Amino acid sequence: MTAFDEMLGSGSELRPAYAALDRWLKEAPPETLALRRSQAELFFRRIGITFAVYGDEESTERLIPFDIIPRVLTKPEWTKLEKGLRQRVTALNMFLADVYGPKECLKAGIIPADLVYRNACYQLEMVDFQVPHGIYCHIAGIDIVRVDADTFYVLEDNARTPSGVSYMMENREVMLRLFPELFATHRVAPVDNYPDQLLATLRSVAPRSAPSDPTICLLTPGQFNSAFYEHSFLADKLGVELVEGSDLLVKDDVVYMRTTQGPKRVDVIYRRIDDDFIDPLVFRGDSVLGVPGIIGAYKAGNVTLANAVGTGVADDKAVYSYMPEIVKFFTGEEPILKNVPTFRCREPQANAYVLDNLDKLVVKEVNGSGGYGMLVGPHASKAQIETFRKKLKAAPEGFIAQPTLALSTCPTFVASGVAPRHVDLRPYVLSGANGISCVPGGLTRVALKEGSLVVNSSQGGGTKDTWVLDA
Amino acid sequence: MHEIVRDTPSDAPRLIAKRPDLIMLSRTADSLYWVSRYVERAEYLARILDATMRLTNLPSSYGGAGSEWQSAVSTAGCDDTFAKVYDEANERNVCDFLTFNPDNPSSIRNCFALARSNARAVRTALTSEMWDALNGAWLELQRFEKKRMDREEFARFLDWVKNVSLVFDGSAYRTMLRDDGYWFSRLGVYVERADNTARILDVKYHVLLPANEQVGGSLDYFQWTTVLREVSALTAYHWVYREAVKPLLIADLLILNRRMPRSLAACYENISRFLDLLGDSYGRQGPAQRQARKTLANLSSTSIDDIFQHGLHEFISDFITENNRLGGTIIEQYLQ
Repeated sequence: MTAFDEMLGSGSELRPAYAALDRWLKEAPPETLALRRSQAELFFRRIGITFAVYGDEESTERLIPFDIIPRVLTKPEWTKLEKGLRQRVTALNMFLADVYGPKECLKAGIIPADLVYRNACYQLEMVDFQVPHGIYCHIAGIDIVRVDADTFYVLEDNARTPSGVSYMMENREVMLRLFPELFATHRVAPVDNYPDQLLATLRSVAPRSAPSDPTICLLTPGQFNSAFYEHSFLADKLGVELVEGSDLLVKDDVVYMRTTQGPKRVDVIYRRIDDDFIDPLVFRGDSVLGVPGIIGAYKAGNVTLANAVGTGVADDKAVYSYMPEIVKFFTGEEPILKNVPTFRCREPQANAYVLDNLDKLVVKEVNGSGGYGMLVGPHASKAQIETFRKKLKAAPEGFIAQPTLALSTCPTFVASGVAPRHVDLRPYVLSGANGISCVPGGLTRVALKEGSLVVNSSQGGGTKDTWVLDA
Repeated sequence: MHEIVRDTPSDAPRLIAKRPDLIMLSRTADSLYWVSRYVERAEYLARILDATMRLTNLPSSYGGAGSEWQSAVSTAGCDDTFAKVYDEANERNVCDFLTFNPDNPSSIRNCFALARSNARAVRTALTSEMWDALNGAWLELQRFEKKRMDREEFARFLDWVKNVSLVFDGSAYRTMLRDDGYWFSRLGVYVERADNTARILDVKYHVLLPANEQVGGSLDYFQWTTVLREVSALTAYHWVYREAVKPLLIADLLILNRRMPRSLAACYENISRFLDLLGDSYGRQGPAQRQARKTLANLSSTSIDDIFQHGLHEFISDFITENNRLGGTIIEQYLQ
């Protein structure tokens, strides 16, 4: 299976967007590339941009490998993508408002009701609760893969607490420092206004009772969380306090921060803690990361949580397979971005096919994330396939399967020189009371191992700067 | 005459506050306070080791009881933990214990680790220069830790530790906004520094007592100069007193002389000033301000003769207790 290459297309053509980059790559001696790469690594290490890999005792802090060769998108490609992203996120928000409200899409049979009601992420607490300004998913990360010049698929919606946006910004920062000459010859759309857009989004969704200059904070599980760097990075860029659960307290359904001058009222919380841990009084009682009473304050309308509680029901992999229908039902339009063809193992016929073709398919746990609990058939051993077969037979409703896609490749600087590696793309889409915004590009993740299709940083993937060329 | 010629700016720069209203999480203030304390303590440990090395390197005819290494452990304030890990206070054990030993909660390594981990938790409250100093130090430290160091290398290591503290302190001084964050960070420096200076005096007070006062190049002389070296004050001493090293004057320099930046009086002058700045900007004075002012007043109104008359040891012990109490009060008033 030869994959579409972002630079060379299906063969040896040179796609115009990459012409100048190609010239530069050919002229730059390999030593220069190696030197720049080590400078980039030094830069990341010094600023402390690290990522923790769970289950890896040795290193609680690790750098995500950064590849110095950018991934380039043209303006028309991005324009189409952006339109599709806006449509998809609009539909996600309408879907969430519906399943926690009138449930029209269930009544119309667009999606089986049990997929919603029996979903672990469907929060009964949220039923018939009006979230501030009607927005559930303020920050979405939509994972996109490309298979040819014209076809982009949505691989996954991330509607809970998508991470990685700090890498998008730091990657650009390091590229600007190390390769100023490339930016002189390419008109690259900037991404550094993301924090401004995020701040505007968060301000716009403050409770109506909040002052015109609402107090916003970012709630982190703390420095041992894998994305802690990102939390502190964003808090800094937003100019808001980075708080841990113990920094907040709730009194009479109002949330306060503990400050050196006593309690200070909080209006909007950008929370990077999962639903399960956010309030021990409502969800997991053993959570020490959350804030007792915060859900009470939320439901009293005294504080906005971004994202809302219970958005996980929309990015579930089983619900994903219904997204084309969901988009159509809520927006009345044809979906601009396609889904990857998906077999729902809960359907007996589909499951029978999946069981017969395990060696060709990618099988995913419906509730898994970060590349954990996943079978990549063509790369799996016989034993791994048999393990999954058993799991599939025991609980088919817990899985979906997709054909192994020929994810597009992008030239990448690896040990053997410049070679193609598979990439995906995660753009970040913000939804506020004043509409939807999305900075051009997003985070390109790259599978650094030859032939590997798994781009997750927890599985050894790296990242690239993503360029949207303005002309 | 030297003159720097510059264009006159059309608009005088305005000071812009970080946020219109001063908000600081108690946890952030707490971390800023402790980051500075840990860095200050690491530097102090390096100074003790440096001074002790010098003292033990003297020819044995100048030597005394040979208890210098034990005394270094006492000065660092960790007799008990040391006794749990090692039987004997010799050069190798003490150097290991005070530098890299993970079992010593306040080894140089752990001081840097704690400083960095506190800093990491409140990254946004530090300037990038300060973070750089700590994060860079932590990475560099791991390189030192892996090496087998000879004496020369070890001396370089101690210099490096002092340098980290200088860079961190300088970064804070040059880059932090002058608001509560800076004041809490400074409080950490001075509370820790007061404690350190007092501990040196506490361990070495017997060397400074009049009974031991003899003229000549005896061991005492080197003991006294060691005390001065531990606080980088040997040269300062000569500038201030312009006479031979005498224990009474050493005590005066380290306790009462405000020109000496590590003296107890200088520390309290600063502590009191930064607490007042906090009190003014928050519009509220509290027990911490009152306590600091009282200690400063005591240090101002007493003379070194009075102190010796009433007992140097008692004075120092009382001071250490008071200083700890103030640390506790600051925590209660602001950091919880």
